[in-house]
Amino acid sequence: MSDSKVSIKNLFKIFGGNPKKMVAHVENGMGKQELLEKHRHVLGLNDVNIEIKERHVQVIMGLSGSGKSTLIRHVNRLIEPTEGEILVDGENVLGMADEQLRDFRRFKASMVFQKFALLPHRSVVDNVMYGLNIQKVAKDQARDRAQRWIDAVGLSGFESHYPAQLSGGMQQRVGLARALATDAEILLMDEAFSALDPLIRTDMQNVLLELQDELHKTIIFITHDLDEALRIGDSIVILRDGAVVQQGTPQEIILKPVDDYVSDFIQEINRARVLLVDSVSTSTPKELSCQVESSAKIEEALQILNNAKATEAAVSMNGAITGSVTLEAMIEAVAKPEPSKKEKAYR
Amino acid sequence: MSFFTEFPTMERQALRDLKKGIDGSFRDFSREYGELIENIFHPLLMFLKWFQDLLVETPWPVVLVVIGALAWIGSRNWWLVAGTIAAFLFIGYLDMWEDTMSTLAIVSVATLICIAVGIPFGILMARNDRVQSAILPVLDIMQTIPSFVYLIPVVMLLGIGKVPGLIAVCVYAVPPIVRLTNLGIRLVDKDVLEAADAFGSSYRERLFNVQMPLALPNIFAGVNQTIMMALSMVVIAAMIGVPGLGVPVLRAISNQYLALGMMNGLAIVAIAIIFDRVSQSYGRRLQKHREGGHGV
Repeated sequence: MSDSKVSIKNLFKIFGGNPKKMVAHVENGMGKQELLEKHRHVLGLNDVNIEIKERHVQVIMGLSGSGKSTLIRHVNRLIEPTEGEILVDGENVLGMADEQLRDFRRFKASMVFQKFALLPHRSVVDNVMYGLNIQKVAKDQARDRAQRWIDAVGLSGFESHYPAQLSGGMQQRVGLARALATDAEILLMDEAFSALDPLIRTDMQNVLLELQDELHKTIIFITHDLDEALRIGDSIVILRDGAVVQQGTPQEIILKPVDDYVSDFIQEINRARVLLVDSVSTSTPKELSCQVESSAKIEEALQILNNAKATEAAVSMNGAITGSVTLEAMIEAVAKPEPSKKEKAYR
Repeated sequence: MSFFTEFPTMERQALRDLKKGIDGSFRDFSREYGELIENIFHPLLMFLKWFQDLLVETPWPVVLVVIGALAWIGSRNWWLVAGTIAAFLFIGYLDMWEDTMSTLAIVSVATLICIAVGIPFGILMARNDRVQSAILPVLDIMQTIPSFVYLIPVVMLLGIGKVPGLIAVCVYAVPPIVRLTNLGIRLVDKDVLEAADAFGSSYRERLFNVQMPLALPNIFAGVNQTIMMALSMVVIAAMIGVPGLGVPVLRAISNQYLALGMMNGLAIVAIAIIFDRVSQSYGRRLQKHREGGHGV
């Protein structure tokens, strides 16, 4: 509890003429479809509870229409909730007065958008300075700080370009620099990399991970791409029809999917790249010539075993040998699981 | 049977009384407040007179240089500057310099007033749907009601002269700038507005940092339209005593002077084309940031 930076509690969002009245129906178990057919209201978020740890990357994922973009907009209250609480450092965002809310957005939480949302009439440096202007930072100081972030995202030399002159990946670098420049502790990223092509996307993920290594911000990252979620998330929440289906670390999601929806989700991913040796190792230490780190990805471990032409390896943690792992066990773990019986029934 | 052949009208006496009542009460109103309203508009009259005298009394080569410089600042195009100067030289050669300067003065002042009044109204309309639905019909009336109709109360209140003429021009010319300011602000990309909100912009910061700059091309199209409409009112303004190119046109109509009418009419056209081309190329330069293939 105490290490939660952001906690979302019993959050409901219903779109329609009289949303407050509909909360009771949803609490009594009425689903999205039924609510739409019987009462002409759209269920956006259904009793969402998430604890987001400080300095963690929290990924929220789901298919389109699952309510993930709606959810992230509640954190800085770009969308008003129907019911519930969002506590940031113990303070309820939903209870803030206008001026308080503006200060929260100026200093505490900044945002990166799917469609970049840069100011087309301003140059790169002026875009990055936008948040600082709103914070009323003195002009030359703002310019220095903006320059630092432009350098950090690798856009040095493009300061005076206009957004329309940049490629999509570069535009999103500007978006990222703009969000980082405000020094907000919380970074909200709404499908920030979804509009980029795969190579550039991987590139941007690397940029983000490198920066996070230094900055340790609390990041809430929305995506529909499981590979991306597994790659950058310290923990993951899976949303479906506005409700949380499962939350946990990437390992937990892959090893223990709670239902068919989640198992189908993880069907197509490269498990070797996500699962750690730790998850398949036995606890009986063995002295073997081949050694792998328990925190290594199975993909890396497989390569080490293959290079050594070994079928079994000792598992070490912090230099001490803690267990062993067989080639067979690793292959079994990464093999594609059986597809669920009710395949795609919910889609 | 007569019910179907004759439209059932109000009783003749009652109708006459109604009209008399309206006329009478407006006459009383103008007797009571005419002077006060005239005083309110007095500074405007002084400014208009000063500006007109300035244009007329400054030696013509100086005015020509200033006009050429403005055309250059606006368009950055030597051809346009050369065309502008040639047009004005020709106008002067045909002895229309003084009337042209008067017309330039009233059109410039009318445009300034329209911008000062129109943009705030456009902003209000964009901010609130109810304000928009209240103002839109008013703008429709202003644009379609025959000018002579609203000239009647204006002349009753303020008499004949420059100020009522200016009011008549503004009533007709202000709607496009109001409409296009409203439209321009409403067309600003919702994603960019959301970003401005997400960074904690206040209403004012959002308006001046994001909405107005991005609406500028549309606002500018509105200014352009306003200038054109102000120019087209020159002849009607002349009927209530505004000096300028409209006066000889009126004289030409009543005396059937073909050449006089044509010359002054074409002078108005020349000014209109110059204003239009210069302001349009200035508007295009405002959008320099849209260059480059990636479109935002």
